[in-house]
Amino acid sequence: MVLNNIEQLLEKYNNGETSLKEEQQLKDYFKQETVAPHLEMYKPMFAYFSVSQEEKFTKDVPLKSNKNNLYKWISVAAVAVLMLGFYFKSPLTSAEDLGTYDDPEMAYLEVKKSLEMISKQFNKGASSINYLAEVDNTTRLIFKK
Amino acid sequence: MKPKIMTQTEFLHIVMPFKDKVFRLAKRLLVSREEAEDATQEVLLKLWKNKTKIQEYKNVEAFSMTMTKNFCLDKLKSKQAQNLKLVHSNYQDNNTSLQKQLEFSDSVNWVAKIMEDLPEQQKMVVQLRDIEQYDFDEIAKMLDMNNTAVRVALSRARKTIREKLTKTHNYGVK
Repeated sequence: MVLNNIEQLLEKYNNGETSLKEEQQLKDYFKQETVAPHLEMYKPMFAYFSVSQEEKFTKDVPLKSNKNNLYKWISVAAVAVLMLGFYFKSPLTSAEDLGTYDDPEMAYLEVKKSLEMISKQFNKGASSINYLAEVDNTTRLIFKK
Repeated sequence: MKPKIMTQTEFLHIVMPFKDKVFRLAKRLLVSREEAEDATQEVLLKLWKNKTKIQEYKNVEAFSMTMTKNFCLDKLKSKQAQNLKLVHSNYQDNNTSLQKQLEFSDSVNWVAKIMEDLPEQQKMVVQLRDIEQYDFDEIAKMLDMNNTAVRVALSRARKTIREKLTKTHNYGVK
């Protein structure tokens, strides 16, 4: 390319008036081994532009789908519910402490009272099953022979 | 017609062509490679979450570049507020594998350094024009500027780079 032309293009270039095509001409010119000595300083600039153009993004493209996110949050919620369950459950079990007696005499009397009550209630309950004997009587009647 | 749900494959098909451009713009602004990678992932994740919406956009790429710009500028602002200094140690990771490019290595890195000192808007304009080769209308839309303002910013940036390179060239200052 004619040097004169290159100088004109550089003038336009520095004023921000060159087209992409003209800029490509300049890039091509400065790619040469030897350029006009007084234009030498442009060489690293255009070289840098060409080199920079080649740089690549080498990391992965991160794609997280929303579905996975939902599952993640559901599991977090489930764990939270479980933890809350344990938290509210534990003080209830310890609250079932009903106290104790220090005096053995008193303890004996209380146990006796409790057992009496159980036996009384048991007998009362058992007496209501007495009518079941009637079933026996009836079956005997039927299967007599 | 009701928009159907986009699959991951369809989404990747849309973002693959410009994910590198998002990354490079992020790196231009944030300088550090790791931070630019994080920013890119953040932007792509936001796009994925809005996948039902992006089907309605005519130009997802321009929209994504604007998102990247906003995300990075916010990041820089909060960083400034925290008074943290940017760490930049990765000029080397350009593809300077070729022997011919190695020769330039120093002066090419010097251009990177010069660009770092440009105001943010000029950085972005040079990035989008000289590196990504977008046309002026696209850049104006992405950066929410008018066409003339883009040209003015670009001209200033190019002249600054030229001046600093001329100085280096003449005096051998590195």
